[in-house]
Amino acid sequence: MTRVVLALARRAIRGNLRRPQYLAPLVIFPTLFLAVNVGGLTETTSLEGFPEVRGFLDFQLAGALTQSLLLGGVSTGIACALEIEGGFFDRLVASPIPRVAIVLGRLVATGLIAAVQVLLFLALGLAFGAEIVGGVLGGLVVLVIGVVAGIGFGAIGQTIALRAKNASTVQGIFPLVLVILFASSAFFPRALLSAPADTISRFNPLSYVAEALRDPIISTVSLAPSIEGLAAAAGIALAATGLSAVALRGRLRDA
Amino acid sequence: MTRPALRRAGVSRQLAVVGALVRRALNELSRVPGAAIPGVIAPTIFVIGLASVFGQADRLAGFGTVDFQTFIVPVGFLQAAGFTGAATGVNLARDIERGWFDRLLLCPAPRLTVLAGVVASASLRCLLPVGFLFVVAMAIGVRFPGVDGLLVALVLTMGLAAAIACFAVTVALRLRTQQAAPLMQSGSFVGVLFTPAYAPKELLAGWLETIATVNPVTPVLAGVRQGFVGDVTWGETWPGLLALTGLIGVFGALAVRGLHRYSS
Repeated sequence: MTRVVLALARRAIRGNLRRPQYLAPLVIFPTLFLAVNVGGLTETTSLEGFPEVRGFLDFQLAGALTQSLLLGGVSTGIACALEIEGGFFDRLVASPIPRVAIVLGRLVATGLIAAVQVLLFLALGLAFGAEIVGGVLGGLVVLVIGVVAGIGFGAIGQTIALRAKNASTVQGIFPLVLVILFASSAFFPRALLSAPADTISRFNPLSYVAEALRDPIISTVSLAPSIEGLAAAAGIALAATGLSAVALRGRLRDA
Repeated sequence: MTRPALRRAGVSRQLAVVGALVRRALNELSRVPGAAIPGVIAPTIFVIGLASVFGQADRLAGFGTVDFQTFIVPVGFLQAAGFTGAATGVNLARDIERGWFDRLLLCPAPRLTVLAGVVASASLRCLLPVGFLFVVAMAIGVRFPGVDGLLVALVLTMGLAAAIACFAVTVALRLRTQQAAPLMQSGSFVGVLFTPAYAPKELLAGWLETIATVNPVTPVLAGVRQGFVGDVTWGETWPGLLALTGLIGVFGALAVRGLHRYSS
């Protein structure tokens, strides 16, 4: 089982590297968005209610990371849908391997890519003058929560791909990614959000993930936001992986 | 047939080719809705999202009496132009990959007409996301820019869609693969957002203020924004038109050169 999962994960990573058009947006767009947000709204840190931060870049880094991880989920879904369209998925199903390995293989790959995303954005932030106040421990907390969240978003993408069976429909969830992101506190303090984002963000698990990613960057590691963020990320990962397994079963029944 | 009559017949045939290419591009909405619809609603989601998240930024001195929601709607217009222009390049790359574009070049139509059809489709298609955004913006209480302000905004937005389409077409003809999509999209992203998109110029960070000052999309944005935040004046309109003329001239020339290189 482990060998099969690792083999499928390796294959998924190689596939992603062969199609840079699906990996590039995970870095390019969050980076550009980060640059525009920081450059355009740098003065907002002086607003009443804004938490104490060294600079707006430090605050925005977690938002960019969350956005990148969400796009990673879309990318995972598209890759999975392309395998279904191309017939590889059917050949995989016909082979004598545990079915659950099909789901887990791609999620392991997504987790590894998420780790690279986290390290990349932290390095980018440090290069442009941000500081991880939580130090090495803070960086590790960000890495763990980022990987778990990345796997969760990947599982959501995979579930949609297994249901939709074509890449263009999965691609169509992109606006939904924007909606979920804007309806959270990923980019701005919850206290300063306007309606309806202020209300929705309280119930949006992404807010807790983003705040947990941000906390070790702008302050020393605190237990409460880290646990809340990890719980939200793990909840998303477990629920979405379960849904992915159910979607796989449904797809096998249809085949 | 007299020479003017022949010329008129030639022009009408070329317009027919342009029209056919525009119709084909518009058909994409029904042919590949999963890929096309996000481009229609994304600018609206972007504007509403940004207004909800960064809305309190208008408390900063520098915004004056303009609320952030109204300030950001024109950016949505230009984003619609950006998305549509980039999508035109991606669609062309797909046509090249599938061999359809090579078949198109075999038809007895001048290369420039084919290019005009592709670019005109971008200008017209951007009206869909812009129209959707405008209706939603009015519904949530954004200030009506006036008929003149709206017309100026539409002309400038369509012009920018054409300019970005020329850029994306150049990239598509050069790289001939859909894998170049991020390059086309990020080009339009940088053009539109590295301007006083989120805040007046005096509130931008120094580096962004410098880029915004030299970015030719900045006067286009000012032209689109003027009706939403105040009165429409010729002084705010002509720099945008001039910048667009330059952008279309440069990227159009590059696209024509790319097409000739591709054909040969």
